[in-house]
Amino acid sequence: MDTNISFKLKVWRQANAHDEGRFETYEMNDIPTDTSFLEMLDILNEQLIEKGQEPVTFDHDCREGICGMCSLYVNGHPHGPATGATTCQLYMRRFHDGDTITVEPWRSAAFPVIKDLMVNRNAFDQIQQAGGYVSFQTGGAQDANAIPISKEAADEAMDSATCIGCGACVAACKNGSAMLFLSAKVSQFALLPQGRAEAKRRVKAMLAKMDELGFGNCTNTGACAAECPKNIKLSNIARLNREFICAKCKD
Amino acid sequence: MWLTNSSVGRKVVMSVTGLFLVLFVTFHALMNAVALISFEAYDKICEFLGANWYAVAGTLVLAAGFAIHIIFAFWLTFQNRKARGNNRYAVNSRPKNVEWASQNMLVLGIIVCCFMILHLVQFWAEMQLPELMGEHVQNGTFYLKATFSQWWVLPIYLIGFAALWFHISHGFWSAFQTLGTANDKWIERWQRISKWWASIVFILFAVEALYFTGYFTGKCVIAL
Repeated sequence: MDTNISFKLKVWRQANAHDEGRFETYEMNDIPTDTSFLEMLDILNEQLIEKGQEPVTFDHDCREGICGMCSLYVNGHPHGPATGATTCQLYMRRFHDGDTITVEPWRSAAFPVIKDLMVNRNAFDQIQQAGGYVSFQTGGAQDANAIPISKEAADEAMDSATCIGCGACVAACKNGSAMLFLSAKVSQFALLPQGRAEAKRRVKAMLAKMDELGFGNCTNTGACAAECPKNIKLSNIARLNREFICAKCKD
Repeated sequence: MWLTNSSVGRKVVMSVTGLFLVLFVTFHALMNAVALISFEAYDKICEFLGANWYAVAGTLVLAAGFAIHIIFAFWLTFQNRKARGNNRYAVNSRPKNVEWASQNMLVLGIIVCCFMILHLVQFWAEMQLPELMGEHVQNGTFYLKATFSQWWVLPIYLIGFAALWFHISHGFWSAFQTLGTANDKWIERWQRISKWWASIVFILFAVEALYFTGYFTGKCVIAL
């Protein structure tokens, strides 16, 4: 299985937030197909450094699909052509000899480019800080089984909590909307009794923050859920809408 | 006011006005269907919906529904384009479970709007408007004949109906999703109901237009 492929890499280069940016094309030769996409970029950077050129800046951290740090819009898909996987879980066997692979940063007004392929996703942190938590009143701990939670609710909450906040939903959305991210964060608490206590305040605060930061309005195209590396479901957005409408009606 | 200053609120306005317009369009298709059975009965309906106070009140509510839906559509699209930023992707792809209509709702809406203006000029401006001005108007069938005896009307109408099909096939289920009445099971159900509803409305309108064209041009387009 260890074949090597050669291809053209079209990479977005942008010196800083104010630079206009442009594509640069690099010839990649004899890359083993079991190389991961990010390792391939590492190889490119090694070559650039050897030639005395500026390496390509891109975000990455854990490289095992759980930190949400990697991004990259590869050939028209956030996190590349694989489904249910992040860029770091993408391997070169997905591509063919002679291909042209286009790599772009997330493009959204709320995620400005910092350099090359790295964007500022601080907006997500701000949304989380607006209410994506539970404030515990510490005291004598209750008996573990005092409040029963259905298996369905527990599973749903766990599935929503798998959102790694990478921003692929915003990158995929033609409206630059962060509704899938927000709905996952709201759902993981809304489904459990611990989160119910602050549910109304949470949904209003987080949604207001999202709107304030300049994300778009959801038009239910579903591109977010289709591209999400963690398969966060579209039904979360319906839950978010329900929570928000109910909270506003009760005001 | 949360209906205007929150993203979900604005979408709620789109959903409610959209569903109202879907109901109107359905009612319109059913009302036209009466003419397939009897032109006399159709004339009675036209008379009933003339310049009476309830018909005028209904028209005003309807016009408001259209106006709000259209204004919000442009407003939301403007905000969404701004949120997308100035830089577009060089390579774009549509994931396979994303409907084409869902990404082109504004364009489809504009086509429907253009069709609607033509339709209003051909019927409303000849029927309710002059009646409100106190002028004498002919019965409904007269205007059906005046319109559908022209050869170019049928293809234009079919284009309008097709745009309407795409618009409703996404808009209908999307409205229920926005109103929060969906979950894993119901998203698929609403999507299926959406397609069925849009198709029934399309078929009704198309059959009516084909029948009137055949009847009034003297060429039998379809044998009913």
